[in-house]
Amino acid sequence: MTTGGAAKSRSEALLQSVRSSSWSTRLSAVVIVAVLALLLSQALQEPGQFASQLVIGITNGAIIALIALGYTLVYGIIELINFAHGDNFMIGSFVGITVLSGTFVGLQFFAPITGDGGTLINIVGVLIALVVAMAACGLIGVGIERVAYKPLRNSPRLAVLITAIGMSFILQNIGLIWKGPAQVPFPELISSANILPGEAVIFRWKDLFVIAVTVPLLVGLSYFISNTRQGKAMRAVAQDKEAASMMGINVNRTISITFLLGGILAGASGVMYGLFNGITVFNVGFTQGLYAFTAAVLGGIGNLSGAVVGGFLIGIIGSMADQYIGVRWTSIVIFAVLILVLVFRPRGLLGDRSAVQGGGE
Amino acid sequence: MVRYRRFLLPAVLILAALVLPFVDAALGTDALFTAITIAIFVMLALGLNIVVGFAGLLDLGFVAFYALGAYVIGWFASSHFNGVRFSFGSTATSLSGEAPDGIHVSFWILLLLAGAFSALCGMIIGFPTLRLRGDYLAIVTLGFGEIIPRFFQNGDDLGGFNLTNGTIGIKAIDSPGFPFLPDSLDTWQRFSTLDLNPWYYTILAMVLITVYVNVRLQNSRLGRAWISVREDETAAAAMGINPVTTKLWAYALGALFGGFAGGFYGAFIKNVFPDAFSFNISILILCMVVLGGMGNIYGVILGAIVLQGINFYALPQLSTVVHAIGDTIGSTAMSNVDLARYNFFIFGVVLVLMMLLRPEGIIPNRQRQEELRHDEPGAGDATGGARA
Repeated sequence: MTTGGAAKSRSEALLQSVRSSSWSTRLSAVVIVAVLALLLSQALQEPGQFASQLVIGITNGAIIALIALGYTLVYGIIELINFAHGDNFMIGSFVGITVLSGTFVGLQFFAPITGDGGTLINIVGVLIALVVAMAACGLIGVGIERVAYKPLRNSPRLAVLITAIGMSFILQNIGLIWKGPAQVPFPELISSANILPGEAVIFRWKDLFVIAVTVPLLVGLSYFISNTRQGKAMRAVAQDKEAASMMGINVNRTISITFLLGGILAGASGVMYGLFNGITVFNVGFTQGLYAFTAAVLGGIGNLSGAVVGGFLIGIIGSMADQYIGVRWTSIVIFAVLILVLVFRPRGLLGDRSAVQGGGE
Repeated sequence: MVRYRRFLLPAVLILAALVLPFVDAALGTDALFTAITIAIFVMLALGLNIVVGFAGLLDLGFVAFYALGAYVIGWFASSHFNGVRFSFGSTATSLSGEAPDGIHVSFWILLLLAGAFSALCGMIIGFPTLRLRGDYLAIVTLGFGEIIPRFFQNGDDLGGFNLTNGTIGIKAIDSPGFPFLPDSLDTWQRFSTLDLNPWYYTILAMVLITVYVNVRLQNSRLGRAWISVREDETAAAAMGINPVTTKLWAYALGALFGGFAGGFYGAFIKNVFPDAFSFNISILILCMVVLGGMGNIYGVILGAIVLQGINFYALPQLSTVVHAIGDTIGSTAMSNVDLARYNFFIFGVVLVLMMLLRPEGIIPNRQRQEELRHDEPGAGDATGGARA
C-alpha cells in the first residue's frame, strides 16, 4: 500500500499546486496547451512540412540566440538593455558583405567572392568574413561602451537606456549612409540544396552551416564563462561589482570584455543572417534585435542558457507563425510574446540571473 | 506690477503665436504648414512630458496613441465604412445632396472621442504593465508601439473585414469646420487646404489647452504624487500614495493628448496610413522632451520647435549648401546627397550627447536636474522610479 499512498500524496500535491496557482497561470497553461494541440494536429496532417518548418525555426533560432546572448551578457553585468546591440548585428552583416565583395573604401583587395570560384574559395571567403565581422563588431561593442555607457555608470538606469537608443540610431544611420536604403544582396555561397534524400523534409546545407557555426561558438562561450579566470571575473562582477573590485578584479576591463563577447557573437550572427537569408538591410537590426531581446527575456534575462533556449523558442515560434498564421503577423506574434512574458513572468522560463534579482551565477 | 510679472513671458509668447499668420502673410514666407506640423509635435511632446517628465516613466511607444487618435478620425470621418451611411454635424456632403457613404461625424466630437479612446487604450495597456521595473516598462511600451501600427498595416483583412485598409490607409478624411456659421465666415465653415489660418488657430488653441493642463498638473496633488513616486516609489507608497493609480493617471493623460494630436493630424493630412507611425516618431518625440528638458514645459516646447526646425529648415538648407560645395569641387556624391534622410543620425547624436553632457536638457526642471545629477548609485532611480 505504500506505493499507492505515495501516488496519492503526489496527486494531492499536484492538485494543491493547481489550486494555489493564480488565474493568469491557469489561463496561460490552457492557452499554451491549446496552441501545442493545434500545432500537433498540423504536424500529424502534414509531417514533412511541419518538420521542414521546424528546421527553419531552429536555424533562425540559432541566429537569434547568438544575438540574445549579447543582450543577456550585458544585462547580467550592468543591467542595461543595450539597444545598440541589434544594430551592431546589422553592422556585422554589412562587414560580412563588404569582405565578400573584396572592396573597401574604393580599394579592391581581391576579386569579389560570388560563389563561382569553387567550394574551397567559398569556405575560405565565408570564414574570413565571419572572423572580420566578429572582430569588427566586438570592437564596436567595446567602443560604444567606452564612449557612451562608461561615463554614465552611476547615472539613473534610464538615462543610460536613452543613450543606448541614441547609439542604436547612430549605428542604424551609419548603415544607411554606408550601403543605402535598399536591400543589400548576399552572394549564394552556401547551397540551398537539400541534404536529406527525398522531398519530404527539407534540411539544407545552409541550415547545417548555421548550426555548424553556432554550436562551437556556444561551446566556446560556455567554456570561457565557466572555466577561465576572466569568465570567473565576469561572474563575480555580475554578482556584486563592489565586492569584485575589492577582490582585485578590474571591473572596467571585465565590462569591456563582456561587450567584446556580445559584439563577437553579434558579428557572427550578422554574417550568418546575410548568408542564410540572402539579403540584409540597414534596419534589420531593429526587428532582429527586438526578437533577440524577446528571446533573452523569455529565457530569463541574465541567464545564458536561458538566452539560448529563448532564442530557439523564438525562432520556432516565428517559423510556425510564418507557416500557420501568415508571415505578416509573425512580428506581432513575437512582440505579443515579449509583452506577455514581461507582464506575467518577468523572470522568464529559466529564471532571471541578473544582479538585480540577487541571483548571480 | 510685480505680481503680474510671471505672466509676462507666457503672454508675449501667446501673442507672438497669435500674430504669426499675419506676419507670415505679410512676409509671404508660407510657413504656416510647417508651423502647424510643429504645433502637432509640440502637443505630442507635452503629452509625453507628462509620462516621462512628470511621472518618470520611459514610454518608447508613444506613437501608438498618436496612431489610435488618427485612426479614430479616419474611421468616423471618411467613406471608409462604405456599407453604412451615417452623418452627424459633419462638413461632408455629396454632390447629390443626400448623405454620403460611410460614417461622417463632426470633427469636434471625434476629437474628444480620439482623445478618450487613446486614453482608454493607454489605461488598458498601462494597467498590467505599470508594476514592472522602469526599463521593462519601456520595452513593453515599445512592444505596443510596434504592434499597433503593424496591426493597422495588417488590418485590411480581419476575417474578411477591412478595418484599416492596410498600407494604403484611409484616404479623403473630412475637413473640420463649423457648418452652422454664416456664409461670410466660409473659411471657418469648412477648413480648406487653401487657407490654413483656421487650422493654425485650432491647433494653437489645442496646444494652449495642453499647456494649461500641464501647468495646472505640475503643482497639483497628482503632480506632487508623480514627483514622489518618481523619486522613491517605496517611500511614496508608505506615505499613502498608490503608485499604480498615480502612474496610470500619467499614462492615461499622456495618451489623451497623444490622441488629440493624432486626431488633428489625421484631419489635417486627410490621410492616415501605418507608415506615418513608425518607431522613429516615438523616438523623435522622446528626443524633443529630452533635448528641451524633462519636466519643464518651456523646455519641451523649445525642444519640439528646435528638432522640427532642424527637420524642416536646417537640413534642407544644409543640403543645398553641401550640393553647392559638391558642384564646385566636382564631387557627385556630395552634390546628390540628401541630408534630410539622415535626420535620425542627428537625433541619435542629440540623445547621446544630451545624456552625456546635460541630462537635464536645455531648459532644466530644477528638481529633475538634482535627480539626474545625483551621483549616488544606491539612490532612487530618477527616470524610472525606485531601484529594484
